[in-house]
Amino acid sequence: MKKLFMLFLAVVIVSFGFSYTTYAKQDKIKVAFLYIGPHNDGGWSQAHDEGRIYLQKHLPYVITSYSESVPEGAPCEKVVRDYIHKGYKVIFGTSFGFMNCLYNVAKDYPDVVFEHCSGYKTRKNMGTYFGRMYQVDYLAGLVAGMMTKSNYIGFVAPFPIPEVVREIDSFTIGAREVNPKVTVHVIWTNSWFNPVKERSAAETFIANGADIIVSGCDSPASIEAAKKAGIYAIAYDRDIHNMFPKTVLTSRAWNWGVYYVKVLKEVHDGTWKSEKYWGGLETGIVKLGKFGETVPEKVKAYVLKREKEIKEGKFKVFEGPIYDQHGKLMVKKGQELPDKDKLSLQWFVKGVVGSIPH
Amino acid sequence: MDHHSIYISLLANTVKAGTILLFPTIGEIFAERAGILNLGVEGMMLIGAFIGFIVAYTTKDPYLGFFAGTIAGGIASLIHAFISITLRGSQIVSGLALTIFGGGFTTFYGQKWINMTLNNTLPTVKLPILSKIPYIGPIFFSQDLIVYLSYITVLVMWFILYKTTMGLNLRAVGENAKAANAMGISVYRVRYMWTFFGGLLAGAGGAYLTTSYAPFWLDGITAGRGWIAIALVIFAMWDPLKALFGAYLFGGINALQFQLQASGTTIPSAILNMLPYIGTFIVITISSIIVKTRHVRPPKELGIPYIREEK
Repeated sequence: MKKLFMLFLAVVIVSFGFSYTTYAKQDKIKVAFLYIGPHNDGGWSQAHDEGRIYLQKHLPYVITSYSESVPEGAPCEKVVRDYIHKGYKVIFGTSFGFMNCLYNVAKDYPDVVFEHCSGYKTRKNMGTYFGRMYQVDYLAGLVAGMMTKSNYIGFVAPFPIPEVVREIDSFTIGAREVNPKVTVHVIWTNSWFNPVKERSAAETFIANGADIIVSGCDSPASIEAAKKAGIYAIAYDRDIHNMFPKTVLTSRAWNWGVYYVKVLKEVHDGTWKSEKYWGGLETGIVKLGKFGETVPEKVKAYVLKREKEIKEGKFKVFEGPIYDQHGKLMVKKGQELPDKDKLSLQWFVKGVVGSIPH
Repeated sequence: MDHHSIYISLLANTVKAGTILLFPTIGEIFAERAGILNLGVEGMMLIGAFIGFIVAYTTKDPYLGFFAGTIAGGIASLIHAFISITLRGSQIVSGLALTIFGGGFTTFYGQKWINMTLNNTLPTVKLPILSKIPYIGPIFFSQDLIVYLSYITVLVMWFILYKTTMGLNLRAVGENAKAANAMGISVYRVRYMWTFFGGLLAGAGGAYLTTSYAPFWLDGITAGRGWIAIALVIFAMWDPLKALFGAYLFGGINALQFQLQASGTTIPSAILNMLPYIGTFIVITISSIIVKTRHVRPPKELGIPYIREEK
């Protein structure tokens, strides 16, 4: 009897264990995304949401969910902890402001993977990721430099932080490579998303004679102002060629999906490791959008040639000689601005009209 | 582009930005003239901006949107009128509550409208002959119909205030409600009417913002313009004509902050963004001094509830 009972027990344990493991295999990895704005903001958060949908489509073993307009600080921590209690194993915080929130929570849940976009704090279970958008900005600058007639380009910029200064600088380097007469004028809106200010800034540029408006902010308001005035624009965040086929010369677009798939594959295979990821054009995380209807073949060919060279590592955007806006030599000929200086960039290159508050 | 056309287009923009402030300022002047201080201008503007936007968006008719936003502002003001006239509650608390309500209401119902853009904004209508006048024409007479409506509003309201019995009654109610009552004027009726009028114009300012100047929806899109309008009432010394100058001055400051940056100024952008609010301080200080020396003063019974039974 006792033996029979032991046998029974063994069968139960084995079958339970077996069913448990099969259950675990069938179990999908739950992935949560935090957005700073609405998922359909037409810009930054929407680009991440498109990445989430891409991930969902490409990997059958993930289930994704998102929270939009998440406030930074304490409310963010609550959202993340709620997700973890519901069994979410991977958390993507898609805005700089979520850094400390993720950093704090990550300490309490070592078995959960945290991925933070555009920050600098990491842990064993928390990595950061970003893309070398400046390469795309440079390419867009080439297009703008060849398309402008007034040689006055207006850049509607959010905050005077290194990320944005880098965008303006690389754009200007591109524009002046093909057209040394170009000046790039900067207006700070001091906000990532404020359509009212973005539109006012664009209208001011137009009044001053700009024939190309570059949007560095997250709403399409400045593009719409350009469309209304019948001039060109260069978009940011997403490829919005279809919405403005005549106005938008090209877009500097994020393509987060490729990175999200990479991370989830690694998590699934158990090979994921925390890192500071800064992918360039060759990874696909950043890309140049479709060209506008009016961009001539000659311009396209030049830009695509440079794109190829950047991908192959033959051309570097921040290679000297580079002068600052007052004419001082900042990067010597034959040298390249190192990554750490790119990440803390706080000066404008020659050709930029504007100032960085210190 | 030459300097002339830069300044002309900047000034034309100034008139547009000024119009957003002009309507609520005129409205508040008349409410205050009747003795009702309404601090809910910001809230009424937000409601007007929101309703104006969604009506213009769904009907594709910006005029209908403007009209609907105006009415919505008027309806919102009745909350304040009921509390401060009928219930004789604190006008300050009630007005602040209206501002908070307007913010909450539009944020809550505005969720799904965020980032939608109005393609049919108020069209520019160049006035014949007038728009051909050098400088004046392109600045003042190459605008949309609502801007022209604001010119007419200023003139008509100035006339009503100083040249008609209606204006006399209104001023009497704000100066001495008891005496006005003795003269046979219905204080409640006058106060209700002009508070409602103030709400209509606050709504109009908000609706003009979203059907012309900033044709999209965003939480708190008015960005403190309602408060600037209240400050402008003091600057204008409760006079519709002076309100015109005040509103354009602030419209100009707004345009200036972007122009200075575009021309490559070294003034930090954060300071430039603060200009309209710093301007408010300066204007209030200067006009307070003028008010003192020139014996101009607010309506005597501003903010004081009227109780008819106390005879």
